[in-house]
Amino acid sequence: MSNADKLHEIRAIIVRHKRWDLVFMVVGMFALMIAVLTFTVLFTQMIIDGMPRLSWDFFTSFPSRRPGSAGILSAWVGTSLVMLVTIAAAVPMGIGAGVYLEEYAPKNLVTEIIEINVTNLAGVPSIIYGLLALGLFVYQLGFGQSILSAGLALALLILPVVIVTTRESIRAIPVAIREGAYALGATKWQTVSDHLIPYSAAGILTGIIIGLARAIGETAPIITIGAMTFIAFLPPSPVQTDFPFLSFEWLMSPFTVMPIQMFNWVSRPEEAFQLNAAAAGLVLVVMTLAMNAFAIYLRYRMRKKIKW
Amino acid sequence: MHESIVTNAALTQYKSEVRDLSFYYGEFNALKNINMALHEKQVTALIGPSGCGKSTFLRCFNRMHDLYPGNRYVGDIILHPDNVNILASNVDPIEVRMRISMVFQKPNPFPKSIYENVAYGLRVRGVRQRAVLDEKVEEALRDAALWDEVKDRLNQLAFNLSGGQQQRLCIARALATDPEILLFDEPTSALDPIATASIEELITDLKDKVTILIVTHNMQQAARVSDYTAYMYLGELIEFGVTDTIFIKPKNKQTEDYITGRFG
Repeated sequence: MSNADKLHEIRAIIVRHKRWDLVFMVVGMFALMIAVLTFTVLFTQMIIDGMPRLSWDFFTSFPSRRPGSAGILSAWVGTSLVMLVTIAAAVPMGIGAGVYLEEYAPKNLVTEIIEINVTNLAGVPSIIYGLLALGLFVYQLGFGQSILSAGLALALLILPVVIVTTRESIRAIPVAIREGAYALGATKWQTVSDHLIPYSAAGILTGIIIGLARAIGETAPIITIGAMTFIAFLPPSPVQTDFPFLSFEWLMSPFTVMPIQMFNWVSRPEEAFQLNAAAAGLVLVVMTLAMNAFAIYLRYRMRKKIKW
Repeated sequence: MHESIVTNAALTQYKSEVRDLSFYYGEFNALKNINMALHEKQVTALIGPSGCGKSTFLRCFNRMHDLYPGNRYVGDIILHPDNVNILASNVDPIEVRMRISMVFQKPNPFPKSIYENVAYGLRVRGVRQRAVLDEKVEEALRDAALWDEVKDRLNQLAFNLSGGQQQRLCIARALATDPEILLFDEPTSALDPIATASIEELITDLKDKVTILIVTHNMQQAARVSDYTAYMYLGELIEFGVTDTIFIKPKNKQTEDYITGRFG
């Protein structure tokens, strides 16, 4: 075969193979467009419907039979308080469990089984957590259908996420740094508290926020433990004017949250309530996106400050 | 000249004696029945081809192997003058690490300020008074020949220093707690020739203060900085003696082959 023939053949092969590049590009672009366009249309529709309803009054009014004067006051206060309980429970437990598994736990079969389970727990359907919380918190421990029960249920839900990101962030710290601390005579706890947790803090925080962004939109477990759909009062304020100035009565209060308020409005026959639902949905989406944006910002800052 | 070194060596005392030391990574026997000694305020170099166990041996001295499961020591490393066997199971590895410091292969400063890096060993020991910390940090940085370069930016992140400066910072960090022995695990393998020269000069200066054990795979470096040299091969100590003797007329044929570059 002459040299020219050989070159000719090689070029023919390249042309043939490159056809697949084109085919894949078209298919991939199509798939991407379906996803992006669907989201854009839904989101735009929600903005168009909900935007006119967004006003100061919408945030400061209780739900009402008249759609025009109904608001999300009890819903966003409920969501905030439930999130507060979730953070208070999931953060120390998640970081504690993650640090223990990574640094303290002996490497044996039991730890391995626990590790696999923790990872898999992240995939358990959220309603299962709702049922667990109903049995354990609401009835067994007698917390009732309260903010406390809901917060703890969501804490259980995001616990695996916090544990896994804590472990991953700690594992990303080079062995040399850890050994450097131990070589100076540091104990395990000194190494953990002076080095491992501070250096992985941004990563852990990212995990917590991503977990919370998931929890804030959860409806199923909250319905399961019996959140109200119509609440026209606020829980007792945590801050009091009289001594001791702090009150924890709100923990036991009945409540509603944003997704449930939405669900309630969507199921009403009147057209006007659908607009309320869209407006509440818009608020919820913005809250979630803001949390995710904050997580991305933290990760970016961490990468800039600590490079291994 | 040769005579004088031998006489000098005979005068120095043992800081540490290694007796019948073996070490196991699980089933694998990484060190086999090692016997040698570290002379006080002298530099001892460990040489040998990759995988011969010299780093493993070095890391026995600060019980670094205790950090990982499945490791086992057999035999003794006696620390003088108090005759403690630092490998004994009733001796806390943290106690050993508080007496014997280590400088690692790659500079590993903490992502903290220059000051906090040097002060960390003292903080671990519970030192809180600012004046004491300031004084010790300055002293350690001076001993590590870094003070003049960093005295105006002690609060900057240690990562902003060059590789050679970072390694000297790690030496200052190890010196700040007045260790009895300073371990170096190939401290210049990640550095350029100029930074390497400054670290070698520093090691020579430091032996007035502290007993030094250094692992190196660079034989010229061993010849330049050490007073005693140990040649290891496949987990065994093949030859140990005064550096000049080892390099000029080694007793063992294998040592000679390695030193003259016939293998390794």
